[in-house]
Amino acid sequence: MTLHDRVSLWRRVRRHVFVFDPVLTIALAMLVALSFVTMQSAALDYDGRMADHARNLFIAFVAMWIAANLPLQWMQRIALPAWIVGVALLVAVALFGDVAKGARRWLDLGFTRIQPSELMKIAMPMMLAWWFQKREGAHGWADFVVAGVLLAVPLALIVRQPDLGTAILVFAAGFYVIYLAGLGWKVMLGGLVAVLASMPVLWSLLHEYQRQRVLMMFDPSSDPLGRGFHVIQSTIAVGSGGVWGKGWMHGTQAHLEFIPERTTDFVFAVFSEEFGLVGNLVLLGIYLLIISRGLVIAAGGANVFARLLAGAITLILFTYAFVNIGMVSGILPVVGVPLPMMSYGGTAMLTLGIGMGFLMSIARQRRLVQT
Amino acid sequence: MVEVRNTERELHRLRVRLAVALLVVLGCFGVLGARFWWLQIYRYADFRAQAEDNRIALVPAPPSRGLIFDRNGVLLAENVSAYTLELRPMRNARLEETIDALSQIVEITPRDRRRFRRLLQDSRRSESVPLKVKLTDDEVARLAVQRFRFPGVEIRARLFRSYPLGDTAAHVLGYIGRISMDDLARLDDQNRLAQYAGSTHIGKVGVEQSYEEVLHGRVGADEVEVSAGGRVVRTLSRTPPVPGSNLVLSIDIRLQKLAEELFGDRRGALVAIEPSTGDVLALVSRPGYDPNLFVDGIDPQTWQSLNEHPDHPLLNRPLRGAYPPGSTYKPFMALAALTTGARTPSDTISDPGYFMLGTHRFRDSKPAGHGTVDLRKSIVVSSDTYYYKVAYEMGVDRIHDFMKPWGFGQLTGIDLENETTGILPSKEWKLRRYKQKWYPGETPSIGIGQGYNAFTILQLAHATATLANDGVVMKPHVVQSIEDPVTHERKRTVPKESYRIPIEPAHLHLVQEAMAEVNRVGTGRHAFAGAQYVAAGKTGTAQVIGIRQNERYDARRVSERHRDHSLFIAFAPLEAPRIAVAVIVENGGFGAQAAAPIVRKVIDYHLLGKLPEDMDEELLPGIVDEAELRDIPEDIEAQTIAVPEAARP
Repeated sequence: MTLHDRVSLWRRVRRHVFVFDPVLTIALAMLVALSFVTMQSAALDYDGRMADHARNLFIAFVAMWIAANLPLQWMQRIALPAWIVGVALLVAVALFGDVAKGARRWLDLGFTRIQPSELMKIAMPMMLAWWFQKREGAHGWADFVVAGVLLAVPLALIVRQPDLGTAILVFAAGFYVIYLAGLGWKVMLGGLVAVLASMPVLWSLLHEYQRQRVLMMFDPSSDPLGRGFHVIQSTIAVGSGGVWGKGWMHGTQAHLEFIPERTTDFVFAVFSEEFGLVGNLVLLGIYLLIISRGLVIAAGGANVFARLLAGAITLILFTYAFVNIGMVSGILPVVGVPLPMMSYGGTAMLTLGIGMGFLMSIARQRRLVQT
Repeated sequence: MVEVRNTERELHRLRVRLAVALLVVLGCFGVLGARFWWLQIYRYADFRAQAEDNRIALVPAPPSRGLIFDRNGVLLAENVSAYTLELRPMRNARLEETIDALSQIVEITPRDRRRFRRLLQDSRRSESVPLKVKLTDDEVARLAVQRFRFPGVEIRARLFRSYPLGDTAAHVLGYIGRISMDDLARLDDQNRLAQYAGSTHIGKVGVEQSYEEVLHGRVGADEVEVSAGGRVVRTLSRTPPVPGSNLVLSIDIRLQKLAEELFGDRRGALVAIEPSTGDVLALVSRPGYDPNLFVDGIDPQTWQSLNEHPDHPLLNRPLRGAYPPGSTYKPFMALAALTTGARTPSDTISDPGYFMLGTHRFRDSKPAGHGTVDLRKSIVVSSDTYYYKVAYEMGVDRIHDFMKPWGFGQLTGIDLENETTGILPSKEWKLRRYKQKWYPGETPSIGIGQGYNAFTILQLAHATATLANDGVVMKPHVVQSIEDPVTHERKRTVPKESYRIPIEPAHLHLVQEAMAEVNRVGTGRHAFAGAQYVAAGKTGTAQVIGIRQNERYDARRVSERHRDHSLFIAFAPLEAPRIAVAVIVENGGFGAQAAAPIVRKVIDYHLLGKLPEDMDEELLPGIVDEAELRDIPEDIEAQTIAVPEAARP
């Protein structure tokens, strides 16, 4: 072997190892640190949860690394098949799925159970980004209509399950792509007006428990021990943290079992109680850092697909963070949305890891020509 | 070229949208930031308080109840620790099945079930209701092993009230029972509800009720940290409860028991008072009942049998039974006559055996009459004619005004609840009550203690004691002093004189000596033959049904419940009296027959310590060494032995 070969081997290996975008990596590292610390406290009486959480973080990290290594073309190539598979699985769920808690969301594959709607959260933006990439150059209104259909089909299946929370997230994911692709401002405004106008109709379409959740947001004290319990207790947790928080491991609401779901959807309540306003602002700051970097990456993406996908992933991350924190603080109704990187939950973390990985991949493969 | 420009335009458009998106993101995070400010700064104090509220609970520590002793230190009411099996109805949907399942482990009698159901109705929803009380250690062990099968079922160590002397002095002591909804309402009105947090029992009748506030003590509290499910995590601070004060009664329990035994099967009442202090030495109501039945919650059957018994054992006769005093009224009538000037000591009448008013003949109990009768003789031989006449001459209102300060027809103010006033008739009273005016023909019977007169034995004893005390009225009371449970310091509750009746000492002495003669040569002579002291007394026989004008009374022919009541009043010794007694034996016949002998034996015991020959010394409660008494634990905390974890809300 010549010297040249050895050098290029090292360079090749290095290229695959150091795929991480510096800004994103630092921000994510800080987030992981917070996640570790918070979960220690939140999972205090939960046997094994901390260990599982660490494992999930590790798996997400690995997934991120793999995704960061994927070339853009590869990502484009799997978009359509992924979407088709996703829809097929959703149909399978509708036909053969397991019913749990009044909803049909899971598919039993024998060795494991999967939730296809989770898959859709990634597959949808990829699919739509691919679509707009295909139609690059001239985005006519027909393209948007097709995009809408591509979005609507899986969405309808998810709504049917019923899984309103996931449906909204999948819709958001798709919507962000369509928005970034150039959906007319007037159309969006018109759509917003139409949604507002049809609120009463939409309200009547909601299931009772979904309506309760919205009502609880406005007046949780109407059912303080039942449905309002989550909201009341989490706002107490957040509020009683004050400016500096009660200190790590000193959250009384958390440790005295007043916060249900404190390791999952409501982990922010634990964080807020223990680290206070200062902690909250730091956390928001980290998310903001990741989002800003993501949008910058999107602006500099190599092609339409890259730009749209990067933008969508970033905005989806924002959506999760905002909805979760809003819910825990009592300004949004309770929906099952985890806090990125902080909530316990393998699938969501995996998806997030893949998403971050895609961002890094896109970041590396910038446009060759700068304007 | 077009492509490049298109791409440029598209890029530019994309960047604009990305910028807009960033603005929206910043806006949303701004909203979150504002929310944080609002929660964590503006409303911080509020939320902090709520968080504290959540985690801190106040667990009440109920105080232990004060003990009750007689005047010599004999224990009459105590607290005994025992295990109970209790169910919490809120957490047991299927009570009957749970009870059935429990009965497989320990015996549960039908009486237990009945009582449980009755207590259930009257309990607060969150309370645990006892199913079986006073479990043996074996039963506790068996239940504790199985408790995992029964959420909402608890085994508790509770303090139970126990009356070691059973039915002796039951009407004085009363009993405690479970707190009812009515009790709660009443406590709330008195602003004392907080003191009863964690308490299950309250005094219902007797001294247990009238001294409830003293006996109850003051509730303490544990400040504990709790989890959302109500599980106690740790204790933060503790305010210990203040135990209830002990009561020392003025009652002499041996005297009481003696008097109760002397009644035998007969119905009646007896009240003995120490004239100089107003101490009630004995308060007897026969038949009695066992107050221990009420402590765990009496079952409906037993309650019914007590309530509906024809002899009314639950009735507190000395306080609530109003009877015509019969001839025992005569000494007071004599005083009335002397004081109002209607008679002088030397005035005499001729007693032919009747008193004529118009066409009506008021008959003396001795058909031939007593011949020449002066005031002294009228008492000694109990001449009805004398008193028909004097009553008629005085008129009902003058009699009423004289008698009122003596306590007839008034509340004596004794420290027990539910006294009745009885009736001291007057013109105004009759108008109010019957809307009729007073007929003069109704007055003569008043003079001999019949007619509308209806007084309680307590009133009669009280008046007798006042007479013995030369007209100085002392308020009667059953509690002599209140003892601090920790320092054993005693505070007397009374006595001080209520007031003095203005009366000539000469008149008093005349009547008192006449009453002494009653027991020497008069109607009381058989009962008081051979007495080693001088006792003043007066027999009385109260009619239950009227005898027709020309008929004679024959006890054998009249059914038992229509026979006359037998009454007797007395005080002894004549000089410096130490005891005054009033007795009624219902349907006992002549006063001398049934009532007087009881009084003789009672006074024999009180003054001389002498017991009747046929009575066993063992029968009377023993006097306990003072030192032994102090071993009674004063602060027994109710512990929970086995309680399942509470559920989350």
